[in-house]
Amino acid sequence: MECVLELRGVSKHYPSHHAVNGVSLNLARGEFFSLLGPSGCGKTTTLRLVAGFEEPTHGEIRLNGSSIQHLKPYQRNVSTVFQNYALFPHLTVRDNVEFGLRRRAGNHIGDRVRDVIDLVQLAGKESRRPAQLSGGERQRVALARSLVLEPDVLLLDEPLSALDPNLRKQVRAELKAIQRRVGITFLFVTHDQEEALSLSDRLGVMNKGHLEQIGTPEEIYLQPSTRFVASFLGAVNWIGDVGVRPEAMRIAREPSRNGHRSRPATIVHSTFLGNCVHVDTRLSDGEPAVVEISRLGEAFAPGEAVHLWWEPADELRFE
Amino acid sequence: MKRTPALAIYAVGAFLFLHLPLLILSIFSFNSSRFTVWQGFSLRWYAAAIKDTQLTESAVNSLIIATVATLVSTVLGTLCAYGLWKRTSRPLAGSLYLSLVTPEIVTGISLLAFYQWIFRFLRVQLGMHTVILAHISFSIAYVVIVVIARLRTVDATLEEAALDLGANEWQAFRYVTLPAILPGVVAAALLAFTVSFDDYVITSLVAGVDSETLPMVIYAIARRGVNPVVNAISALIVIGFGSLVVISERLRSA
Repeated sequence: MECVLELRGVSKHYPSHHAVNGVSLNLARGEFFSLLGPSGCGKTTTLRLVAGFEEPTHGEIRLNGSSIQHLKPYQRNVSTVFQNYALFPHLTVRDNVEFGLRRRAGNHIGDRVRDVIDLVQLAGKESRRPAQLSGGERQRVALARSLVLEPDVLLLDEPLSALDPNLRKQVRAELKAIQRRVGITFLFVTHDQEEALSLSDRLGVMNKGHLEQIGTPEEIYLQPSTRFVASFLGAVNWIGDVGVRPEAMRIAREPSRNGHRSRPATIVHSTFLGNCVHVDTRLSDGEPAVVEISRLGEAFAPGEAVHLWWEPADELRFE
Repeated sequence: MKRTPALAIYAVGAFLFLHLPLLILSIFSFNSSRFTVWQGFSLRWYAAAIKDTQLTESAVNSLIIATVATLVSTVLGTLCAYGLWKRTSRPLAGSLYLSLVTPEIVTGISLLAFYQWIFRFLRVQLGMHTVILAHISFSIAYVVIVVIARLRTVDATLEEAALDLGANEWQAFRYVTLPAILPGVVAAALLAFTVSFDDYVITSLVAGVDSETLPMVIYAIARRGVNPVVNAISALIVIGFGSLVVISERLRSA
Protein backbone atom coordinates (compact mmCIF):
# COMPACT_ATOMS: atom_id res chain seq x y z
CA MET A 1 0.00 0.00 0.00
CA GLU A 2 1.23 3.44 -0.92
CA CYS A 3 1.84 5.62 2.12
CA VAL A 4 0.68 9.22 1.67
CA LEU A 5 1.04 10.66 5.18
CA GLU A 6 3.47 9.52 7.84
CA LEU A 7 3.92 10.77 11.40
CA ARG A 8 7.16 9.66 13.07
CA GLY A 9 7.33 10.17 16.82
CA VAL A 10 5.53 13.51 16.65
CA SER A 11 5.20 15.48 19.90
CA LYS A 12 3.80 18.89 20.72
CA HIS A 13 4.77 20.22 24.13
CA TYR A 14 3.37 23.42 25.60
CA PRO A 15 4.84 25.06 28.71
CA SER A 16 1.87 23.83 30.75
CA HIS A 17 1.28 20.37 29.28
CA HIS A 18 2.24 17.81 26.63
CA ALA A 19 -0.59 17.91 24.12
CA VAL A 20 0.81 15.21 21.81
CA ASN A 21 3.42 12.65 22.83
CA GLY A 22 5.34 10.48 20.39
CA VAL A 23 2.56 9.80 17.90
CA SER A 24 3.51 7.59 14.93
CA LEU A 25 1.13 6.52 12.20
CA ASN A 26 0.91 5.83 8.46
CA LEU A 27 -2.01 6.67 6.20
CA ALA A 28 -2.45 4.72 2.96
CA ARG A 29 -3.66 6.66 -0.08
CA GLY A 30 -7.44 6.66 -0.31
CA GLU A 31 -7.87 5.50 3.26
CA PHE A 32 -10.51 6.83 5.69
CA PHE A 33 -8.62 7.08 8.97
CA SER A 34 -10.12 8.39 12.22
CA LEU A 35 -8.45 9.71 15.32
CA LEU A 36 -10.77 8.96 18.21
CA GLY A 37 -10.49 10.09 21.80
CA PRO A 38 -12.01 12.17 24.57
CA SER A 39 -11.71 15.96 24.51
CA GLY A 40 -8.20 17.11 25.40
CA CYS A 41 -6.57 13.85 24.25
CA GLY A 42 -4.48 15.64 21.59
CA LYS A 43 -6.38 14.55 18.48
CA THR A 44 -7.18 18.08 17.30
CA THR A 45 -3.60 19.21 18.02
CA THR A 46 -2.36 16.29 15.90
CA LEU A 47 -4.60 17.48 13.07
CA ARG A 48 -3.33 21.06 13.44
CA LEU A 49 0.26 19.79 13.29
CA VAL A 50 -0.49 18.09 9.96
CA ALA A 51 -2.32 21.21 8.67
CA GLY A 52 0.63 23.41 9.67
CA PHE A 53 -1.08 25.64 12.25
CA GLU A 54 1.31 24.30 14.89
CA GLU A 55 4.90 23.14 14.61
CA PRO A 56 5.89 19.89 16.34
CA THR A 57 8.33 20.01 19.25
CA HIS A 58 9.80 16.66 18.18
CA GLY A 59 9.34 14.23 15.35
CA GLU A 60 8.76 14.32 11.64
CA ILE A 61 5.68 14.66 9.43
CA ARG A 62 6.09 13.35 5.89
CA LEU A 63 3.70 13.91 3.01
CA ASN A 64 4.39 11.81 -0.10
CA GLY A 65 7.79 10.97 1.35
CA SER A 66 9.07 14.50 2.06
CA SER A 67 9.21 16.35 5.36
CA ILE A 68 6.60 19.05 5.71
CA GLN A 69 6.74 19.98 9.40
CA HIS A 70 8.55 23.27 8.69
CA LEU A 71 6.30 24.33 5.80
CA LYS A 72 3.61 26.99 6.11
CA PRO A 73 -0.03 25.83 5.89
CA TYR A 74 -0.30 27.25 2.34
CA GLN A 75 2.77 25.30 1.21
CA ARG A 76 1.27 21.89 2.09
CA ASN A 77 -1.12 20.03 -0.15
CA VAL A 78 -3.50 19.20 2.69
CA SER A 79 -6.76 20.95 3.50
CA THR A 80 -8.92 21.26 6.59
CA VAL A 81 -12.67 21.14 7.20
CA PHE A 82 -13.01 23.12 10.42
CA GLN A 83 -15.33 22.24 13.26
CA ASN A 84 -17.23 25.53 12.86
CA TYR A 85 -16.63 25.37 9.05
CA ALA A 86 -14.94 28.83 9.03
CA LEU A 87 -16.72 29.84 5.82
CA PHE A 88 -15.92 33.36 4.62
CA PRO A 89 -19.10 35.25 5.54
CA HIS A 90 -18.67 38.04 2.98
CA LEU A 91 -18.30 35.63 0.04
CA THR A 92 -20.93 33.60 -1.81
CA VAL A 93 -20.89 29.79 -1.96
CA ARG A 94 -19.15 29.94 -5.35
CA ASP A 95 -16.53 32.46 -4.14
CA ASN A 96 -15.86 30.36 -1.05
CA VAL A 97 -15.28 27.30 -3.23
CA GLU A 98 -13.12 29.27 -5.69
CA PHE A 99 -11.04 30.92 -2.95
CA GLY A 100 -8.27 28.31 -2.89
CA LEU A 101 -8.15 27.89 -6.67
CA ARG A 102 -7.71 31.63 -7.17
CA ARG A 103 -4.80 31.69 -4.71
CA ARG A 104 -3.14 28.93 -6.72
CA ALA A 105 -3.93 30.73 -9.98
CA GLY A 106 -5.18 27.50 -11.53
CA ASN A 107 -7.00 27.25 -14.85
CA HIS A 108 -10.26 25.34 -15.49
CA ILE A 109 -11.74 27.08 -12.45
CA GLY A 110 -15.25 26.97 -13.90
CA ASP A 111 -15.38 23.21 -14.62
CA ARG A 112 -13.81 22.07 -11.38
CA VAL A 113 -15.96 24.35 -9.25
CA ARG A 114 -19.12 23.20 -11.02
CA ASP A 115 -18.19 19.53 -10.62
CA VAL A 116 -17.50 19.88 -6.91
CA ILE A 117 -20.66 21.91 -6.29
CA ASP A 118 -22.63 19.15 -8.04
CA LEU A 119 -20.82 16.50 -5.99
CA VAL A 120 -21.92 18.05 -2.71
CA GLN A 121 -25.40 18.80 -4.12
CA LEU A 122 -25.27 22.58 -3.81
CA ALA A 123 -26.18 23.35 -7.43
CA GLY A 124 -28.56 26.32 -7.56
CA LYS A 125 -27.24 27.77 -4.31
CA GLU A 126 -23.96 29.17 -5.68
CA SER A 127 -24.82 32.82 -5.11
CA ARG A 128 -26.04 32.44 -1.54
CA ARG A 129 -23.98 33.61 1.40
CA PRO A 130 -23.12 31.29 4.32
CA ALA A 131 -25.67 33.03 6.56
CA GLN A 132 -28.43 31.99 4.13
CA LEU A 133 -27.56 28.26 4.33
CA SER A 134 -28.61 25.49 6.72
CA GLY A 135 -26.04 23.76 8.96
CA GLY A 136 -25.82 20.78 6.62
CA GLU A 137 -25.35 23.00 3.58
CA ARG A 138 -22.57 24.98 5.29
CA GLN A 139 -20.83 21.74 6.10
CA ARG A 140 -21.00 20.76 2.41
CA VAL A 141 -19.59 24.15 1.32
CA ALA A 142 -16.67 23.62 3.71
CA LEU A 143 -16.14 20.17 2.22
CA ALA A 144 -16.39 21.45 -1.37
CA ARG A 145 -13.98 24.31 -0.70
CA SER A 146 -11.31 21.81 0.36
CA LEU A 147 -12.12 19.00 -2.10
CA VAL A 148 -11.83 21.30 -5.11
CA LEU A 149 -8.10 21.66 -4.34
CA GLU A 150 -7.63 17.87 -4.58
CA PRO A 151 -5.50 17.69 -1.44
CA ASP A 152 -3.31 14.67 -0.71
CA VAL A 153 -5.02 14.42 2.67
CA LEU A 154 -8.28 16.02 3.76
CA LEU A 155 -8.29 16.85 7.48
CA LEU A 156 -11.71 16.92 9.16
CA ASP A 157 -12.03 18.33 12.67
CA GLU A 158 -15.28 16.97 14.18
CA PRO A 159 -17.20 18.17 11.12
CA LEU A 160 -20.47 16.56 12.22
CA SER A 161 -20.55 17.83 15.80
CA ALA A 162 -22.26 21.12 14.93
CA LEU A 163 -25.17 19.32 13.22
CA ASP A 164 -28.30 18.20 15.02
CA PRO A 165 -28.40 14.45 15.79
CA ASN A 166 -31.05 13.55 13.18
CA LEU A 167 -29.03 15.14 10.40
CA ARG A 168 -25.75 13.70 11.63
CA LYS A 169 -26.43 10.10 10.52
CA GLN A 170 -27.52 11.20 7.07
CA VAL A 171 -24.51 13.51 6.59
CA ARG A 172 -22.25 10.72 7.84
CA ALA A 173 -23.47 8.45 5.04
CA GLU A 174 -23.03 11.24 2.47
CA LEU A 175 -19.51 11.92 3.71
CA LYS A 176 -18.53 8.28 3.32
CA ALA A 177 -20.04 8.16 -0.17
CA ILE A 178 -18.18 11.31 -1.24
CA GLN A 179 -14.91 9.93 0.11
CA ARG A 180 -15.39 6.72 -1.89
CA ARG A 181 -16.15 8.70 -5.07
CA VAL A 182 -13.25 11.16 -4.94
CA GLY A 183 -10.75 8.65 -3.50
CA ILE A 184 -9.04 11.31 -1.35
CA THR A 185 -7.38 10.23 1.92
CA PHE A 186 -9.43 11.43 4.91
CA LEU A 187 -7.98 12.06 8.37
CA PHE A 188 -11.06 12.44 10.53
CA VAL A 189 -11.00 13.60 14.14
CA THR A 190 -13.92 12.73 16.41
CA HIS A 191 -14.86 11.94 19.99
CA ASP A 192 -17.90 9.94 18.82
CA GLN A 193 -17.09 6.21 18.81
CA GLU A 194 -20.09 5.31 16.66
CA GLU A 195 -18.97 7.81 14.02
CA ALA A 196 -15.42 6.46 14.08
CA LEU A 197 -16.52 2.82 13.89
CA SER A 198 -19.02 3.33 11.08
CA LEU A 199 -16.89 5.59 8.84
CA SER A 200 -13.32 4.41 9.16
CA ASP A 201 -11.21 1.91 7.29
CA ARG A 202 -8.85 2.13 10.25
CA LEU A 203 -8.81 4.22 13.39
CA GLY A 204 -6.42 5.29 16.09
CA VAL A 205 -7.53 5.78 19.69
CA MET A 206 -5.81 8.60 21.56
CA ASN A 207 -5.58 9.23 25.28
CA LYS A 208 -3.58 11.94 27.07
CA GLY A 209 -1.46 12.71 24.01
CA HIS A 210 -0.60 9.07 23.28
CA LEU A 211 -1.85 6.90 20.47
CA GLU A 212 -3.03 3.81 22.38
CA GLN A 213 -4.05 1.56 19.50
CA ILE A 214 -4.37 1.54 15.73
CA GLY A 215 -6.53 -0.95 13.88
CA THR A 216 -9.68 -1.68 11.91
CA PRO A 217 -12.98 -1.01 13.71
CA GLU A 218 -13.37 -4.77 14.38
CA GLU A 219 -9.87 -5.07 15.84
CA ILE A 220 -10.28 -2.06 18.06
CA TYR A 221 -13.68 -3.10 19.36
CA LEU A 222 -13.08 -6.83 19.70
CA GLN A 223 -9.38 -6.84 20.65
CA PRO A 224 -8.72 -3.61 22.49
CA SER A 225 -5.09 -3.46 23.61
CA THR A 226 -5.67 -1.37 26.73
CA ARG A 227 -8.38 -0.95 29.34
CA PHE A 228 -8.81 2.66 28.18
CA VAL A 229 -9.55 1.60 24.58
CA ALA A 230 -11.93 -1.11 25.79
CA SER A 231 -13.98 1.25 27.91
CA PHE A 232 -13.84 4.23 25.53
CA LEU A 233 -15.38 2.13 22.74
CA GLY A 234 -18.56 0.74 24.22
CA ALA A 235 -19.37 -0.49 27.71
CA VAL A 236 -17.34 -3.16 29.55
CA ASN A 237 -18.13 -5.22 32.66
CA TRP A 238 -14.97 -5.82 34.66
CA ILE A 239 -15.01 -9.28 36.22
CA GLY A 240 -11.73 -9.68 38.05
CA ASP A 241 -9.02 -9.02 35.42
CA VAL A 242 -11.10 -9.67 32.35
CA GLY A 243 -13.62 -7.47 30.60
CA VAL A 244 -16.84 -8.68 28.97
CA ARG A 245 -19.06 -6.54 26.73
CA PRO A 246 -22.73 -6.33 27.88
CA GLU A 247 -23.95 -7.80 24.58
CA ALA A 248 -21.60 -10.80 24.95
CA MET A 249 -23.24 -11.79 28.26
CA ARG A 250 -26.31 -13.98 28.73
CA ILE A 251 -28.65 -14.49 31.69
CA ALA A 252 -29.91 -17.96 32.70
CA ARG A 253 -31.88 -19.31 35.63
CA GLU A 254 -29.65 -22.43 35.81
CA PRO A 255 -25.83 -22.53 36.00
CA SER A 256 -24.42 -23.01 32.50
CA ARG A 257 -22.38 -26.05 31.43
CA ASN A 258 -20.64 -26.59 28.03
CA GLY A 259 -17.38 -24.85 28.98
CA HIS A 260 -18.98 -21.39 29.38
CA ARG A 261 -17.81 -19.06 32.09
CA SER A 262 -20.57 -18.52 34.61
CA ARG A 263 -21.19 -16.39 37.71
CA PRO A 264 -24.16 -16.21 40.10
CA ALA A 265 -25.82 -12.79 40.27
CA THR A 266 -28.95 -10.94 41.39
CA ILE A 267 -31.19 -8.85 39.12
CA VAL A 268 -31.31 -5.18 40.21
CA HIS A 269 -33.26 -3.40 37.50
CA SER A 270 -34.24 -3.66 33.82
CA THR A 271 -34.26 -0.70 31.40
CA PHE A 272 -36.26 -0.97 28.18
CA LEU A 273 -34.33 0.77 25.35
CA GLY A 274 -36.60 -0.03 22.39
CA ASN A 275 -34.33 -2.29 20.37
CA CYS A 276 -32.96 -4.13 23.43
CA VAL A 277 -33.15 -4.34 27.22
CA HIS A 278 -30.34 -3.41 29.60
CA VAL A 279 -30.39 -5.48 32.79
CA ASP A 280 -28.45 -4.17 35.79
CA THR A 281 -27.24 -7.03 37.97
CA ARG A 282 -25.05 -7.47 41.02
CA LEU A 283 -22.50 -10.30 41.12
CA SER A 284 -22.09 -12.42 44.26
CA ASP A 285 -18.98 -10.38 45.19
CA GLY A 286 -21.02 -7.15 45.06
CA GLU A 287 -19.64 -5.84 41.72
CA PRO A 288 -22.21 -4.49 39.22
CA ALA A 289 -22.57 -5.96 35.72
CA VAL A 290 -24.81 -4.85 32.84
CA VAL A 291 -26.24 -7.38 30.40
CA GLU A 292 -27.81 -6.44 27.09
CA ILE A 293 -30.57 -8.90 26.14
CA SER A 294 -33.18 -9.11 23.43
CA ARG A 295 -36.59 -7.67 24.27
CA LEU A 296 -38.10 -10.82 22.68
CA GLY A 297 -36.49 -13.15 25.21
CA GLU A 298 -37.29 -13.95 28.82
CA ALA A 299 -38.01 -11.15 31.29
CA PHE A 300 -36.38 -11.05 34.73
CA ALA A 301 -37.79 -9.49 37.90
CA PRO A 302 -35.74 -7.42 40.37
CA GLY A 303 -34.33 -9.54 43.20
CA GLU A 304 -34.36 -12.74 41.16
CA ALA A 305 -31.28 -14.99 41.62
CA VAL A 306 -29.74 -15.80 38.20
CA HIS A 307 -26.49 -16.90 36.53
CA LEU A 308 -24.55 -14.77 34.06
CA TRP A 309 -22.56 -16.65 31.41
CA TRP A 310 -20.36 -15.86 28.42
CA GLU A 311 -17.99 -17.48 25.94
CA PRO A 312 -14.30 -17.49 26.90
CA ALA A 313 -13.56 -16.11 23.40
CA ASP A 314 -15.50 -12.94 24.22
CA GLU A 315 -13.28 -12.09 27.18
CA LEU A 316 -11.07 -9.00 26.85
CA ARG A 317 -7.71 -9.64 28.50
CA PHE A 318 -4.96 -7.12 29.27
CA GLU A 319 -1.46 -7.54 30.63
CA MET B 1 -46.14 49.83 27.17
CA LYS B 2 -47.66 52.92 28.79
CA ARG B 3 -45.93 56.17 27.96
CA THR B 4 -44.89 58.25 30.92
CA PRO B 5 -45.26 62.00 30.22
CA ALA B 6 -42.63 62.82 32.83
CA LEU B 7 -40.07 60.67 31.02
CA ALA B 8 -40.88 62.30 27.68
CA ILE B 9 -40.48 65.78 29.19
CA TYR B 10 -37.19 64.76 30.73
CA ALA B 11 -35.96 63.40 27.40
CA VAL B 12 -36.93 66.57 25.53
CA GLY B 13 -35.28 68.67 28.25
CA ALA B 14 -32.03 66.71 28.06
CA PHE B 15 -32.04 66.94 24.28
CA LEU B 16 -32.60 70.72 24.36
CA PHE B 17 -29.83 71.14 26.91
CA LEU B 18 -27.47 69.36 24.53
CA HIS B 19 -28.53 70.93 21.26
CA LEU B 20 -30.26 74.27 21.93
CA PRO B 21 -26.99 76.26 21.71
CA LEU B 22 -26.26 74.72 18.29
CA LEU B 23 -29.80 75.47 17.15
CA ILE B 24 -29.58 79.11 18.25
CA LEU B 25 -26.19 79.49 16.61
CA SER B 26 -27.59 78.13 13.34
CA ILE B 27 -30.64 80.40 13.48
CA PHE B 28 -28.57 83.53 14.11
CA SER B 29 -26.22 82.66 11.27
CA PHE B 30 -29.16 83.58 9.01
CA ASN B 31 -29.94 86.84 10.84
CA SER B 32 -29.52 90.00 8.78
CA SER B 33 -28.46 91.92 11.87
CA ARG B 34 -24.98 91.80 13.39
CA PHE B 35 -26.52 91.60 16.88
CA THR B 36 -28.45 88.84 18.68
CA VAL B 37 -31.80 90.39 17.82
CA TRP B 38 -33.70 88.80 14.94
CA GLN B 39 -34.17 91.28 12.08
CA GLY B 40 -34.83 89.08 9.06
CA PHE B 41 -33.48 86.21 6.95
CA SER B 42 -30.20 86.80 5.14
CA LEU B 43 -27.26 84.88 3.73
CA ARG B 44 -24.86 87.82 4.08
CA TRP B 45 -22.74 86.16 6.77
CA TYR B 46 -22.27 83.07 4.63
CA ALA B 47 -21.19 85.31 1.75
CA ALA B 48 -18.86 87.19 4.09
CA ALA B 49 -17.36 83.92 5.34
CA ILE B 50 -16.62 82.71 1.81
CA LYS B 51 -15.03 86.06 0.88
CA ASP B 52 -12.80 86.09 3.97
CA THR B 53 -9.44 84.81 2.67
CA GLN B 54 -8.09 84.14 6.15
CA LEU B 55 -11.04 81.83 6.82
CA THR B 56 -10.89 80.04 3.47
CA GLU B 57 -7.11 79.58 3.56
CA SER B 58 -7.23 78.17 7.07
CA ALA B 59 -10.14 75.91 6.07
CA VAL B 60 -8.01 74.54 3.23
CA ASN B 61 -5.13 74.02 5.67
CA SER B 62 -7.43 72.16 8.04
CA LEU B 63 -8.74 69.94 5.26
CA ILE B 64 -5.21 69.10 4.03
CA ILE B 65 -3.99 68.35 7.55
CA ALA B 66 -7.06 66.27 8.44
CA THR B 67 -6.92 64.31 5.17
CA VAL B 68 -3.23 63.41 5.40
CA ALA B 69 -3.43 62.69 9.15
CA THR B 70 -6.50 60.49 8.58
CA LEU B 71 -4.92 58.46 5.78
CA VAL B 72 -1.69 57.83 7.67
CA SER B 73 -3.24 57.21 11.09
CA THR B 74 -5.90 54.88 9.63
CA VAL B 75 -3.26 52.69 7.96
CA LEU B 76 -0.91 52.66 10.96
CA GLY B 77 -3.72 52.32 13.49
CA THR B 78 -5.37 49.45 11.60
CA LEU B 79 -2.05 47.59 11.39
CA CYS B 80 -1.45 48.24 15.09
CA ALA B 81 -4.94 46.94 15.97
CA TYR B 82 -4.33 43.86 13.80
CA GLY B 83 -1.05 43.20 15.59
CA LEU B 84 -2.64 43.60 19.01
CA TRP B 85 -5.46 41.26 17.96
CA LYS B 86 -3.06 38.55 16.78
CA ARG B 87 -0.78 38.90 19.75
CA THR B 88 -2.19 40.65 22.80
CA SER B 89 0.18 42.99 24.61
CA ARG B 90 -1.16 44.60 27.75
CA PRO B 91 1.54 47.29 28.03
CA LEU B 92 1.04 48.34 24.41
CA ALA B 93 -2.76 48.39 24.64
CA GLY B 94 -2.49 50.28 27.92
CA SER B 95 -0.21 52.91 26.39
CA LEU B 96 -2.85 53.56 23.71
CA TYR B 97 -5.50 54.22 26.35
CA LEU B 98 -2.99 56.44 28.11
CA SER B 99 -2.65 58.60 25.01
CA LEU B 100 -6.47 58.88 24.90
CA VAL B 101 -6.78 60.11 28.48
CA THR B 102 -3.74 62.40 28.49
CA PRO B 103 -5.02 66.02 28.64
CA GLU B 104 -4.51 67.70 25.28
CA ILE B 105 -2.52 70.52 26.80
CA VAL B 106 0.00 67.98 28.11
CA THR B 107 0.19 66.22 24.75
CA GLY B 108 0.67 69.60 23.03
CA ILE B 109 3.41 70.77 25.36
CA SER B 110 5.23 67.44 25.16
CA LEU B 111 5.07 67.44 21.36
CA LEU B 112 6.37 71.02 21.28
CA ALA B 113 9.25 70.10 23.58
CA PHE B 114 9.97 67.02 21.48
CA TYR B 115 10.01 69.02 18.23
CA GLN B 116 12.33 71.66 19.65
CA TRP B 117 14.70 68.98 20.82
CA ILE B 118 14.62 67.36 17.36
CA PHE B 119 15.15 70.75 15.67
CA ARG B 120 18.55 70.97 17.31
CA PHE B 121 19.66 68.14 15.02
CA LEU B 122 17.56 68.82 11.94
CA ARG B 123 17.16 72.04 10.01
CA VAL B 124 13.39 72.22 10.27
CA GLN B 125 10.87 74.55 11.84
CA LEU B 126 7.30 74.41 13.09
CA GLY B 127 4.85 74.32 10.21
CA MET B 128 2.22 72.21 8.46
CA HIS B 129 4.39 69.08 8.74
CA THR B 130 4.65 69.33 12.54
CA VAL B 131 0.89 69.80 12.79
CA ILE B 132 0.31 66.75 10.58
CA LEU B 133 2.74 64.62 12.63
CA ALA B 134 1.03 65.72 15.86
CA HIS B 135 -2.41 64.89 14.45
CA ILE B 136 -1.25 61.47 13.25
CA SER B 137 0.16 60.67 16.67
CA PHE B 138 -3.01 61.47 18.59
CA SER B 139 -5.42 60.02 15.96
CA ILE B 140 -3.77 56.57 15.95
CA ALA B 141 -5.14 55.71 19.40
CA TYR B 142 -8.71 56.48 18.26
CA VAL B 143 -8.27 54.32 15.16
CA VAL B 144 -6.84 51.40 17.15
CA ILE B 145 -9.70 51.47 19.67
CA VAL B 146 -12.40 51.45 16.98
CA VAL B 147 -10.72 48.86 14.72
CA ILE B 148 -9.84 46.45 17.52
CA ALA B 149 -13.46 46.50 18.70
CA ARG B 150 -14.46 45.35 15.22
CA LEU B 151 -11.66 42.76 15.06
CA ARG B 152 -12.90 41.17 18.27
CA THR B 153 -16.08 40.20 16.41
CA VAL B 154 -14.08 38.38 13.70
CA ASP B 155 -13.66 34.59 13.96
CA ALA B 156 -9.91 33.93 14.16
CA THR B 157 -10.26 30.58 12.38
CA LEU B 158 -11.21 32.45 9.19
CA GLU B 159 -7.58 33.42 8.66
CA GLU B 160 -6.46 29.86 9.37
CA ALA B 161 -8.96 28.69 6.77
CA ALA B 162 -7.51 31.18 4.26
CA LEU B 163 -3.94 29.98 4.93
CA ASP B 164 -5.15 26.41 4.71
CA LEU B 165 -6.67 27.08 1.27
CA GLY B 166 -3.37 28.42 -0.07
CA ALA B 167 -3.45 32.14 0.74
CA ASN B 168 -0.26 33.59 2.21
CA GLU B 169 -0.40 35.84 5.30
CA TRP B 170 -0.90 39.03 3.27
CA GLN B 171 -3.61 37.50 1.08
CA ALA B 172 -5.39 36.14 4.17
CA PHE B 173 -5.47 39.67 5.62
CA ARG B 174 -6.36 41.32 2.32
CA TYR B 175 -9.14 38.96 1.19
CA VAL B 176 -10.59 37.70 4.47
CA THR B 177 -9.88 39.87 7.52
CA LEU B 178 -9.87 43.30 5.88
CA PRO B 179 -13.30 42.88 4.23
CA ALA B 180 -14.67 41.74 7.59
CA ILE B 181 -13.36 44.81 9.44
CA LEU B 182 -13.77 47.37 6.64
CA PRO B 183 -16.85 49.09 8.15
CA GLY B 184 -14.85 49.54 11.36
CA VAL B 185 -11.86 50.91 9.46
CA VAL B 186 -14.02 53.46 7.63
CA ALA B 187 -15.72 54.47 10.89
CA ALA B 188 -12.26 54.86 12.46
CA ALA B 189 -11.10 57.05 9.56
CA LEU B 190 -14.15 59.31 9.93
CA LEU B 191 -13.49 59.62 13.65
CA ALA B 192 -9.81 60.42 13.03
CA PHE B 193 -10.82 63.05 10.48
CA THR B 194 -13.22 64.67 12.95
CA VAL B 195 -10.73 64.64 15.80
CA SER B 196 -8.02 66.12 13.58
CA PHE B 197 -10.20 68.81 12.00
CA ASP B 198 -11.52 69.90 15.37
CA ASP B 199 -8.29 70.08 17.32
CA TYR B 200 -7.31 73.48 18.70
CA VAL B 201 -5.12 73.06 21.79
CA ILE B 202 -2.39 70.81 20.40
CA THR B 203 -2.46 72.46 16.97
CA SER B 204 -2.05 75.98 18.33
CA LEU B 205 1.09 74.84 20.18
CA VAL B 206 2.84 73.08 17.30
CA ALA B 207 1.64 75.24 14.36
CA GLY B 208 3.98 77.57 12.50
CA VAL B 209 3.17 80.88 10.83
CA ASP B 210 2.06 79.24 7.57
CA SER B 211 -0.14 76.60 9.15
CA GLU B 212 -3.08 78.34 10.80
CA THR B 213 -6.04 75.99 10.96
CA LEU B 214 -9.74 76.87 10.87
CA PRO B 215 -10.30 76.38 14.63
CA MET B 216 -7.36 78.74 15.32
CA VAL B 217 -8.83 81.46 13.08
CA ILE B 218 -12.34 81.02 14.49
CA TYR B 219 -10.92 81.27 17.98
CA ALA B 220 -9.08 84.49 17.11
CA ILE B 221 -12.21 86.07 15.55
CA ALA B 222 -14.45 85.00 18.41
CA ARG B 223 -12.09 86.56 20.94
CA ARG B 224 -12.52 89.95 19.30
CA GLY B 225 -16.31 89.84 20.02
CA VAL B 226 -19.52 88.43 18.60
CA ASN B 227 -19.25 88.01 14.85
CA PRO B 228 -22.05 86.32 12.82
CA VAL B 229 -19.43 85.15 10.30
CA VAL B 230 -18.29 82.73 12.97
CA ASN B 231 -21.90 81.57 13.39
CA ALA B 232 -22.15 80.88 9.67
CA ILE B 233 -18.89 78.94 9.46
CA SER B 234 -19.77 77.01 12.62
CA ALA B 235 -23.17 76.06 11.23
CA LEU B 236 -21.48 74.74 8.09
CA ILE B 237 -19.06 72.66 10.20
CA VAL B 238 -21.94 71.24 12.25
CA ILE B 239 -23.79 70.18 9.09
CA GLY B 240 -20.62 68.69 7.55
CA PHE B 241 -19.62 66.70 10.59
CA GLY B 242 -23.21 65.80 11.42
CA SER B 243 -23.39 63.96 8.11
CA LEU B 244 -20.04 62.28 8.79
CA VAL B 245 -21.34 61.01 12.13
CA VAL B 246 -24.48 59.65 10.47
CA ILE B 247 -22.39 57.81 7.85
CA SER B 248 -20.02 56.52 10.51
CA GLU B 249 -22.85 55.16 12.66
CA ARG B 250 -24.43 53.45 9.67
CA LEU B 251 -21.11 51.75 8.89
CA ARG B 252 -20.43 50.76 12.45
CA SER B 253 -23.72 48.90 12.68
CA ALA B 254 -23.27 47.35 9.21
